Amino acid sequence: MKMGKRSKAVRFNKWGYIFLIPFLVTFVVFQLIPLISTIVYSFFEYYRAGLKVVGPNFLGLQNYIKLFSDADIWKYTGNTLIIWLMGFVPQIIVSLLIAAWFSDPSLRLKGQRFFKTVIYLPNLIMAAAFAMLFFMLFSKGGPVNSILVNSGIFAEAYTFLDHVWPTRILIAFMNFLMWFGNTTILLMAGMMGIDTSLFEAAQVDGATSTQIFFRVTLPLLKPILLYVMITSLIGGLQMFDVPQILTGDASPNNTSRTLIMFLNNNLYSKNYGMGGAISVYLFVMTGILSLLVFKFTNGKKK
Amino acid sequence: MAVKFDDKQKASKGVGIGIRRVIAYVVLILVSFLCLFWFYVLFINATRSEGDLNRGFSFLPGGNLAANWTKMLNFPMISMGTGMLNSVIVSTLTAALCTYFSTMTAYAIHAYEFRLKKPMFTFILAVMMIPTQVTVLGFLQLVRGMGLEDNFIPLIVPAIASPVVFFYMKQYMESVLPLSLVEAARIDGSGEFRTFNSIVLPLMKPAMAVQAIFSFVSSWNNYFTPSLILHDDKMKTLPILIAQLRSADWREKDMGVVYMAISFSIFPVILVYLILSKHIVQGLAMGSVKG
Repeated sequence: MKMGKRSKAVRFNKWGYIFLIPFLVTFVVFQLIPLISTIVYSFFEYYRAGLKVVGPNFLGLQNYIKLFSDADIWKYTGNTLIIWLMGFVPQIIVSLLIAAWFSDPSLRLKGQRFFKTVIYLPNLIMAAAFAMLFFMLFSKGGPVNSILVNSGIFAEAYTFLDHVWPTRILIAFMNFLMWFGNTTILLMAGMMGIDTSLFEAAQVDGATSTQIFFRVTLPLLKPILLYVMITSLIGGLQMFDVPQILTGDASPNNTSRTLIMFLNNNLYSKNYGMGGAISVYLFVMTGILSLLVFKFTNGKKK
Repeated sequence: MAVKFDDKQKASKGVGIGIRRVIAYVVLILVSFLCLFWFYVLFINATRSEGDLNRGFSFLPGGNLAANWTKMLNFPMISMGTGMLNSVIVSTLTAALCTYFSTMTAYAIHAYEFRLKKPMFTFILAVMMIPTQVTVLGFLQLVRGMGLEDNFIPLIVPAIASPVVFFYMKQYMESVLPLSLVEAARIDGSGEFRTFNSIVLPLMKPAMAVQAIFSFVSSWNNYFTPSLILHDDKMKTLPILIAQLRSADWREKDMGVVYMAISFSIFPVILVYLILSKHIVQGLAMGSVKG
């Protein structure tokens, strides 16, 4: 009887492997093989000059040496991080504030569902279309200039996208708009998980709501805040659609060109060796950040 | 009464609750305005003629909706109608494959005991964070090698392996699918594949709906990979066409029509969102508590 049951279980459990086949085959073909070949390309001289294809010739680490000794990669890494940070700081502040208000029972805010729906909306909007919209709105003859000039704030139309910081601020602002709703909902979920008796105890002890926020809520939220920050940074490294379409990759002196835009340029010019090296660079950075996330989420469960 | 007393007690310490509530509403209304204003301007401008637009900004719609619509559909070089059709095909198939196979993968890990179960689970979680951009160079070479450039297959089929959706499905499955149910189906003589399709899938419907929406939207909005794979005008999806509008010499174009084109490409998502927003926002929180 027991023997029969076990063999039956084994007979069924082979289905575990069978049901995994679609995932595994797709993963190996469309992600693992491309990843390996990307890494392999990074060690080869392989590019197109006009109609002539050079390589593939094995180069060893030459691509990496060239990549990292050139100022470009550091400049674009800096651009990406600066623009990410400019969007992330207001995002985390506003999200924390709204999440704290929403989960504060003594405030009893009405219309929470409406506000949640509205602040999450920009996240679902096509980034390409949103960037194109901002390009039109902030163009020289666009509505924003029309409002600023008509109301007398500006004497004449201002070309936002011809200036370094206005361009960066616009990209960061769009990132902020697209992601703060998402962050708010994540943080709210974290706040709901906090034992309410802690708040009550603090209230009984005479703490003000500001004190409760900084002394109770914030320390307890630390793991989820770290999670939000690192996943946002991983997302920030992939920043592409918004700066690409807003600036048309023609930002002043390339001050808004991000790492993925740099990779994209190498893909279009068919410089596979260098493109591979940039990809590996991004892969390593993302890998380190992911390991951190992994550590935090595993620690949280224990 | 008790509540009122509580309010008064608080008012004596720190900032009064009434003032805090007012501040909260003011900030919420302000950020809501920041979220909606741009889209309001977009839809207003899509109804205005080139002459209206040149005269300056207005909060009221113009009378050029139909004319802009017709002109947009007849853009030279950029066919928005074809783009919409292509986007619908790619996104729908992506959402279908992604949810069906992610549920299947989750079922494999949830319902069966096999030696590689734990390592497989860890492996899928580990590859969750690999961005598609990092592997896109090798991916492009592969697609070219297979002769699948200007084809929807490389945009749709990879969605079968979606670790994030898998993870969501597995979390959900743990709460709705008792293994005794699978056991009972076996005793009744149901095959494993049939059990999955006729017993597991119906139970998973709510989670599949949420993930179908998310994968549909992310495929709909995807610009990076499609722009590298689709070069034939007949195959291009909406984000590529929007980017083309940007690079074309827009000064010579009717701006109202460009606003119309942007509205056209985001309107389906806004519509779906407004109808299903309750489930979407809830589903999002559901996943995030566990994730």
